[in-house]
Amino acid sequence: MTQDLETFRSETRAWLEENCPPSMREPVRSEKDACWGGRDQSMLTPDQKLWMDRMAARGWTVPDWPKAYGGGGLSAAETKILREEMARIRARNPLNSFGISMLGPALLKYGTEEQKLDHLTKIARGEIRWCQGYSEPNAGSDLAGLAASAEDKGDHFLVNGQKVWTSYADKADWIFCLVRTDRTTKQGGISFVLFDMASEGVSTKPILLISGYSPFCETFMDNVKVPKANLVHELNKGWDVAKYLLGHEREMISGMGLSSPGGNPLIDGAIAAIGLDHDGRLADPLLRASLALFEVRSKAFGMMSERFIDELKAGRSHPAQPSMMKYYGTELNKARHELIMAAGGTDTLEWESDASNGGAAARAWLRTKANSIEGGTSEVQLNIIAKRILELPS
Amino acid sequence: MPLFLNDEQTMLRDTAKEYVAEHAPVGHMRRLRDAKDATGFDRTLWKSFAEMGFTGILIPEADGGLGLGHVEAGVVLEEIGRNLTPSPFLTTAVAAVSALGGTAHAARWFPGILSGDTVAALAIDEGPKHRTDIALKAERAGNGFRLSGTKRFVTHGHVADLLIVAARTAGAAGEKDGVTLFAVEAGAAGLANDPQRLADSSFASRLTFDGVEVDADAVIGEVDGGWSGLTRLLAAGRTGASAEMLGVGGGAMDMTVAYLKERKQFGVPIGSFQALQHRAAHLYSEMEVARAATLKAQQLLDASDPGADAAVSVAKAMTGLATTLSVQEGIQMHGGIGMTDEYDIGFYMKRARVLAEMFGDTNFHTDQLARAAGY
Repeated sequence: MTQDLETFRSETRAWLEENCPPSMREPVRSEKDACWGGRDQSMLTPDQKLWMDRMAARGWTVPDWPKAYGGGGLSAAETKILREEMARIRARNPLNSFGISMLGPALLKYGTEEQKLDHLTKIARGEIRWCQGYSEPNAGSDLAGLAASAEDKGDHFLVNGQKVWTSYADKADWIFCLVRTDRTTKQGGISFVLFDMASEGVSTKPILLISGYSPFCETFMDNVKVPKANLVHELNKGWDVAKYLLGHEREMISGMGLSSPGGNPLIDGAIAAIGLDHDGRLADPLLRASLALFEVRSKAFGMMSERFIDELKAGRSHPAQPSMMKYYGTELNKARHELIMAAGGTDTLEWESDASNGGAAARAWLRTKANSIEGGTSEVQLNIIAKRILELPS
Repeated sequence: MPLFLNDEQTMLRDTAKEYVAEHAPVGHMRRLRDAKDATGFDRTLWKSFAEMGFTGILIPEADGGLGLGHVEAGVVLEEIGRNLTPSPFLTTAVAAVSALGGTAHAARWFPGILSGDTVAALAIDEGPKHRTDIALKAERAGNGFRLSGTKRFVTHGHVADLLIVAARTAGAAGEKDGVTLFAVEAGAAGLANDPQRLADSSFASRLTFDGVEVDADAVIGEVDGGWSGLTRLLAAGRTGASAEMLGVGGGAMDMTVAYLKERKQFGVPIGSFQALQHRAAHLYSEMEVARAATLKAQQLLDASDPGADAAVSVAKAMTGLATTLSVQEGIQMHGGIGMTDEYDIGFYMKRARVLAEMFGDTNFHTDQLARAAGY
């Protein structure tokens, strides 16, 4: 077994060395730099496309999914080795995708064979870009208060209503969407449906954020026809799917609290901006202390993430543990970006200059403020920990 | 290696959990304190730890021990921490064993540690804050050395059979070369022992070495080359203290959460208040992160991984942060009763403070990490 894994590691290392383009071994500098796949392939640079396609051909965009659905069929140990070897050469993620991190796991658990064969393989190859239709203007933290409805019309559902904070809805090809199919109960009247964003009656409108970007949209559904085959799991049981998927979303978001492999941009940036004193220490002792204490928490959280993944794979993680990961990871990420701004000083305030890479640091700092709001606020996560892990009374 | 306990380690934890809770719960410490016990721990309990095999966890099988690692030692330490059990386990079975292992002193001292007859103390610190710059002098004299200087915060120093003393045989304070470790037996002439009861009711000595003469064979390892032994001792001690702190912080958290469920105000359990729920949930998160960091340090230390030193500092700094939070929140959420001597939560606060200082506090280790990272 160990011998096999060593062989797998050396073969993986050699393959990555040969197939990962040099430009895909540089850190992602902004949101716009990441590869998301989708029908609109014009968004991809040639290297992004090459890297995504080569990885997809081996099923390595989703290494631990079954081969039948476009995955690599790798074991947990092999997947870990692949990630380690990618981190070793600082390889970029070949494909960022809500399909991989959120819808995929839900379909693997709740989807029909047809749904899996159709949607999962397209997700794995980066052919279809997905967005998530959860939040509504009056259903944020109280997600189950949603009102967008799907009416049974015999061979199809007729969907009407509005979603908000739909990440990249304007760039997505399909949406996985929570809709109300029964008004008499709250959680028990929600269904989980999939539909093409090109369907008649679907429109989107970007929302400009404090970062100056508009990754989120309002999404309007006006008499959208959704085939019955696009219902996931049973009618009125969409809340099960939604909760399962939210666990995966929280895991994904919590990963943002981690340092990127190789180097430490936070510390390097602080040294570059502030300099070291004659004892070789950062010339701002209070900032040095803040940075160092942050690094302790960040490194410890990295170990927590490793433990969480190990426990998850061994089936021994508490089902509410993603809430803790999400809470801690997002609060850390916000703290990291506060420190980046503090370390960079006035240089990081330039909004549009070449020197500031178009205000990348400031925009990223502002973007992180949403971390503890999206995917369930920090307060919602703390409620879940208190009730489901500590079992405190209602 | 996955970052959770394997089946054997889980079995050991269950054994230790049951054993320590049954034989030395918090009340055991309270009784020793109330009786003004001059030893500070129960020698019978120390013997029974030996009978359970606990004291031999880190001693190699070839020397009669269990040949296990820091993960296993940590499992026992966590239960010691959770029950606030006064014990020389950390100094003797973990730190001293790590320093003596592989040296000529193993054969001399391991049998007594295995049988629970020997207590070791660490004469490392020289001031009120832990540092690694050693100043206590050891000059060559006749066939051996003459030790002069003072050591502080030597826990169990007043009853120890063996003192592991870090001394300077060459160079200046702050240098790694020129440090030598000595095994000094109790009762050496010229050694003044001034034991003081600490806030947590444990004992630590101020030791004054006034020309204490030791033979050449008292040297542990190499003359002037004691840094490696000292490093092993400190890595083991820091990791062990982290594990014991996890127990202290976890024990305080468990008490607090239980109290939130039973204490009623305004006609409802106070644990139903969102303000307290959020603080408890935040505390849980900090403790979980500290737990992961500690296990990582233990595993890397057992694997002799080059990243172990950094992981040990992360663990000691993080458990210091999390456990301090746990005992502070513990007192606050208990309200007035938390301030009484009769209630146990205050003991957790006192023990956490002692462990936080042992082998370097959060600030010390955070500074070490920053220096290692070049800033």
